[in-house]
Amino acid sequence: MPGNPLPDAEQLLKALIEQMRPAVGPETGLIGIHTGGVWVAERLHQALALRVPLATLDVSFYRDDYESRGLRRDVKRSEIPFEVEGRDLILVDDVLYTGRTIRAALNEVFDYGRPGRVQLAALVDRGGRQLPIAAQFLGATVQLKSGQSIELERDAAGRLRLVLREGGK
Amino acid sequence: MWLNPSNPQLNRAGELHHLLTLEGLPAEILRQILDTAKSFVGAKVKKVPLLRGRAVFNLFFEPSTRTRTTFEIAAKRLSADVINLAIATSSQTKGESLLDTVDNLSAMHADMFVVRHSESGAPHFIARHVAPDIHVINAGDGRHAHPTQGLLDMYTIRHYKKEFSGLRVAIVGDILHSRVARSQIHALTTLGCPEIRVIAPKTLLPAHVEQLGVHVHHDMRQGLKDVDVVMMLRLQSERMQGALLPSAEEFYKYYGLTEQKLAAAKPDAIVLHPGPMNRGVEIDSSVADGRQSVILPQVTFGIAIRMAVMSILAGTKAK
Repeated sequence: MPGNPLPDAEQLLKALIEQMRPAVGPETGLIGIHTGGVWVAERLHQALALRVPLATLDVSFYRDDYESRGLRRDVKRSEIPFEVEGRDLILVDDVLYTGRTIRAALNEVFDYGRPGRVQLAALVDRGGRQLPIAAQFLGATVQLKSGQSIELERDAAGRLRLVLREGGK
Repeated sequence: MWLNPSNPQLNRAGELHHLLTLEGLPAEILRQILDTAKSFVGAKVKKVPLLRGRAVFNLFFEPSTRTRTTFEIAAKRLSADVINLAIATSSQTKGESLLDTVDNLSAMHADMFVVRHSESGAPHFIARHVAPDIHVINAGDGRHAHPTQGLLDMYTIRHYKKEFSGLRVAIVGDILHSRVARSQIHALTTLGCPEIRVIAPKTLLPAHVEQLGVHVHHDMRQGLKDVDVVMMLRLQSERMQGALLPSAEEFYKYYGLTEQKLAAAKPDAIVLHPGPMNRGVEIDSSVADGRQSVILPQVTFGIAIRMAVMSILAGTKAK
């Protein structure tokens, strides 16, 4: 791809780690949203040396576009290996866009219990919000032309990279 | 017609719109169902909001407690409203035709019909008749098919044995009358199982069963030799009335799965049974409750499979 206009995901990750470091405590629970959000969350979890095990969420059964788009093909099992009740949580996603994924994630998390507080970390915010949702921890904001979308990729060595897709959602 | 002309359970985009039989379903769709089911197995939160506001009608023209219950639990765990109708005791006895029943329930805004019927093909008949936004699941029709049972058996095998590619599988008992056996054979073949054996007396085998690609055995010890998976079938007592079998005792002697007969299989072979079991007829209690039995996990996986099928179907549009 000629001249990737997108920021370097590894740099964004570093920025995110530094933002989050003062905000996390020994009981903070990190929840990655499949698929890209889990990759980001795995890296954050390791870098921040969190004690509470990492949770992963697949929000397919809570999405509001099921009616129009059906069930995604590669649904994963959600795993929250800690008590949600009363805990400080940070949801982690790769690209923040309409906010609908985060809405679905909040609904799913609340089926596990009533958290003390929920915050949001995202690698990039591409604008276009349709719900009143904002990230407390953010790598960068990017401007996209209509018809473009961003995806996170992970190579064999585990390095993250943002790629631009034309004619996306 | 919105359905795919070559396979009426798929829409024109090749997506699963009804589940009527495993025959002719591509491996990709079978794997999609098994993978989706996996996300439900062991989930901490049992209930998800996916089908909230949808109405699932269990239409059971033939009695079945277990299958109906697992469909009901599956639908409820997806937050659907479930209406159970045991039709043999209701309008059919008053002379209402099958399609009249279906039309009336459709007018009550049904979104999905789960159909069990003693006539082969009844779910197909209903699927061809209903409006494009209604989905039909075959929960067992005559001697024809029982696709969700076949799928949960495949799930069970994959859970314990990981791959189908190196497996030797034996299906034992009343193959002739068994819709379960037919669904199992189709699914195993599609998923790449290299050796399927059927073990039964001649009177309980369909004519030309070899054409399904299976190896026929009449002797348990030969048939079970070195198999990885033993799939027992239920011997329906009504079959004993005719001339097909001399007695339950004699069937047990030759085809009942005992520890001695199971010893011919691989030491880590698993034993499946679709239930309800006739202990002391097709299976001995020591095997049914033994270390190789995976009969109770099958029931648990059955709920996940039915949840997966409903989630996939209800999200498929007519196109």
